[in-house]
Amino acid sequence: MLRADLQLIQDWIAPHSRVLDLGCGDGSFLAHLKTTRQIRDYGLEIDTANIQLCLEAGVNVLEQNMDKGLKNFGTGSFDTVILAHTLQALHRPDEIVDEMLRVGKNGILTFPNFAYWRHRLSLLTGGRMPKSPQLPYEWYDTPNLHHCTISDFDELCRLKNIKVLHRTVVDDSQHSSPLMRLCPNFFGINAIYHITR
Amino acid sequence: MEAPQKKIPADSVGLVAPQKLHFSEPLPLRSGRTIDQYDLMVETYGTLNSDASNGILICHALSGDHHAAGYYDAGNPKEKPGWWDYCIGPGKPFDTNRFFVVCLNNLGGCAGSTGPSSLNPETGKPFGPDFPIITVRDWVLSQARLADRLGIRQWAAVIGGSLGGMQVMRWAISHPERLRHALIIAAAPKLSAQNIAFNEVARQSIMSDPDFHQGRYYDFNTYPQKGVMLARMVGHITYLSDTLLREKFGKGAGENFGRDLRGGKLSFGFDVDFQIQSYLQYKGESFSKNFDANTYLLVTKTLDYFDPTVDYDGNLSKAFDKSACKFLVVSFSSDWRFPPERSREIVDALLQAKKDVSYLEIEAAEGHDSFLLPIPRYMKALQAYMNRVANECEGGKV
Repeated sequence: MLRADLQLIQDWIAPHSRVLDLGCGDGSFLAHLKTTRQIRDYGLEIDTANIQLCLEAGVNVLEQNMDKGLKNFGTGSFDTVILAHTLQALHRPDEIVDEMLRVGKNGILTFPNFAYWRHRLSLLTGGRMPKSPQLPYEWYDTPNLHHCTISDFDELCRLKNIKVLHRTVVDDSQHSSPLMRLCPNFFGINAIYHITR
Repeated sequence: MEAPQKKIPADSVGLVAPQKLHFSEPLPLRSGRTIDQYDLMVETYGTLNSDASNGILICHALSGDHHAAGYYDAGNPKEKPGWWDYCIGPGKPFDTNRFFVVCLNNLGGCAGSTGPSSLNPETGKPFGPDFPIITVRDWVLSQARLADRLGIRQWAAVIGGSLGGMQVMRWAISHPERLRHALIIAAAPKLSAQNIAFNEVARQSIMSDPDFHQGRYYDFNTYPQKGVMLARMVGHITYLSDTLLREKFGKGAGENFGRDLRGGKLSFGFDVDFQIQSYLQYKGESFSKNFDANTYLLVTKTLDYFDPTVDYDGNLSKAFDKSACKFLVVSFSSDWRFPPERSREIVDALLQAKKDVSYLEIEAAEGHDSFLLPIPRYMKALQAYMNRVANECEGGKV
């Protein structure tokens, strides 16, 4: 079963395109796209267990830390570059977004919306850093370095002249609702962006 | 009394025997010279399937030969198996139940294939320094002829570490239609100045040995053993890592940087004081007893000359342009002879050429020699990759 957010994303990927998945995990999404979209697949990963799973799944996996840049990838060498649930864990999210849109013609990224109302409420009433199924970590032991909100990311796109082709805001079951569409930065749990220059 | 029989492990290819194949069609060399006829020593393991699609070629490195797996002598319990026995055998990454594995002693070698110590039919004496300099391209051409002889039109995979990995690259560039997978392990796209410098020390060690006689030592019934020993000692240092040496020779009290003493105290002379000294001498000496000096010289030149970009304006990705196989590139963290950056150069060129490639950087303390060792993550990765290659051969789901 494909994760529901990936189900949404795959509709934005053209058949036979070249796809680079930054932080490709066990490679199952790329393997799926190979079957359904006949893509040319490449994944970046640093977790050795995941790399092994990618080899078993037969996807092209490169042991490379994206935090050290994507300089080895040529400009425009991919159609789509994917960054799923990793943006907030990178040292310079703004630079990786630039790199995604240099290497790829378009980019797809997802991140947890820090301004979700439950997060706001827990900060307001408890005065503690929010914890939730999306943000399960203690503040002192978390891979997440740069939390951002939907409004923050919209602003980043505006500053960088990035065009938002699609934006979907969903809950944990990857469903949208009228409330989320009305007030995404308050009711949205996860944000999914399809961007280009 | 019966000779003691050794226990051959269940996952070994068991007892094997090499075969010498003769080739009488002249081989044109990169240097412009030609070898009129030659022999290649070959070992194979497993069975070639009916459509000849499950052949894999193993390319050896500087000091390797055709004996990659198994044993020769059931009566010798001390015999060590072939040089890549960790990888070749039933159920191992290069699974002999599924693949037909081919390994040969390259031309110019000293393990039975035609080389400097072979008799020159024109003079009736060993070739010695008259043997032509062989390049990786020449080796690969001779390997392609071997494939023809074996009835293998296309290898399922060509595999090699270090200098073996360079042969794999040359296969993918020069004979793109003849392989489906290329496994390039602990290699570099070409030697660095530092690599060439170490080779030069090795060559000077051999050539300055008074027993070298300009390479005609066979005629003098002698052998530059000291020179070969020194050459190997220098080489051996570059195959290991500082970390490994510290661990290997640092079992004494605390952090002593691998400075364990041999006799327990300093001699205040020029004899062996530290264990690393006797280890290195032992390694050099045992190697020098079994390896031809002219072959060593020749193969260091083969390494120095390797440059797959020479016909492509120095551009490696252009060189790979016609390659049709999939690639697996593997490097090792502590390898300072061909460090991970050198493997990444290969990967980047392949990416630029839009080829299918996977890349692994294996954490290992054993330096360049890691590629020969059963490092668990490395073995698992090879196993996973080759399992899919075997599935392809068997027409199964891939």
